Amino acid sequence: MAVSDKPVTIIASDRAPSTDEFIKGLWRENPVFVQVLGMCPVLAVTNSGANALAMGLATTFVLVLSNALVSALRSFIPKQVRIATFILIIATFVTVVDYLIQAVSLDMHRALGAFISLIVVNCLILGRAEAFASKNTLGRSILDGLGMGVGFTFALLCLGGVREILGSGSLFGFALFPAGFQPWIVMILPSGGFFTLALWLLLFNRLKARKAARGVTGEAAA
Amino acid sequence: MNDDSLWTIFLNASLVNNFVLAYFLGICPFLGVSGKLATATRMGGAVCFVMLVSSLCAFAINALLVAIDAPYLRLISYIVVIASTVQLVEMFIKKMSPALFRALGIFLPLITTNCAILGLALFQTNKGYDLLQCIVYALGAGSGFTLALILMAGIREKLELATVPDVVQGTALTLMIAGILSLAFMGFAGLGA
Repeated sequence: MAVSDKPVTIIASDRAPSTDEFIKGLWRENPVFVQVLGMCPVLAVTNSGANALAMGLATTFVLVLSNALVSALRSFIPKQVRIATFILIIATFVTVVDYLIQAVSLDMHRALGAFISLIVVNCLILGRAEAFASKNTLGRSILDGLGMGVGFTFALLCLGGVREILGSGSLFGFALFPAGFQPWIVMILPSGGFFTLALWLLLFNRLKARKAARGVTGEAAA
Repeated sequence: MNDDSLWTIFLNASLVNNFVLAYFLGICPFLGVSGKLATATRMGGAVCFVMLVSSLCAFAINALLVAIDAPYLRLISYIVVIASTVQLVEMFIKKMSPALFRALGIFLPLITTNCAILGLALFQTNKGYDLLQCIVYALGAGSGFTLALILMAGIREKLELATVPDVVQGTALTLMIAGILSLAFMGFAGLGA
């Protein structure tokens, strides 16, 4: 849902690249926990830590390169066909990453299945192209893509880690618990994905509510 | 080639491997448009239609790409076809029912980035379905998506009358319900296998 992104559009586009473009994606505007973008891969491939990491890296790769190309071409792309152009650019890089993963690790390619190709329709990437890269300089767009990508990977790892630890009793394939541990099979099934994401969002809502409450009392005291 | 019977394909796509609740495809509209039952039903209809059309187009394109030996163009051409189909449906709805057009809002163009549509095209290619199987697969997936959307909208309409703690409001609550629905749909496992 690319529409929820207001703050970025207000910033003047001729400012020099700053670390803030990178940092904001990690936490303050985290694509998954705060903006709730790109949910499909978040839920679908996070049944193990390794899958989550691979998906996160693939998405970061596409995000950085498509942001860079969109930003570099932003003055040549006519406004009316911009979305179609962005999607074509993204689809090209996704095809590249699809063949890349196939070449590096066939097992990983099988585990992720069609979800690598489905990076194309990850709203996060189109959202960043439309809301940020089409309005900002090359350097800033690359940093923004990198930050969002790392934030996305971080969120995938949060989910994948929890689901693998509880659902298979291991992390990245290493067993964590003694043999008597009864894994919660439900966590690696689809419903576990919904529950884990719901719990993470609850945690973030709680943090946000506490921060807001503290802000109010702080103002009242001053 | 794939020799699954048509009935099996339909059951599989709509219930056993429901696109939303088992494959997590089309989560964005599932979370976004499921607030009202009436909107959800129409959105389901629109997605069904786009699925059917893009499934047919994807079948034709795949045949063409296999013929000219260029499988690397598959993803790019699928997404272009889907985007134009959505554009067509959008113009059609705008003309036929402006009220519905306003109700669906931003989610209508967003069908383009609905993973369910592209997922359907990719899955049917991977499974090697023939034309008839593709049509049935698209109908099954569309009805499964509509079913999930309607169930969710029904529950959420009821929830508006319930008292819910502030922290749980919003996406978190919807995801919890989706998790429970997904558990319920697991009861269909083994059906039509």
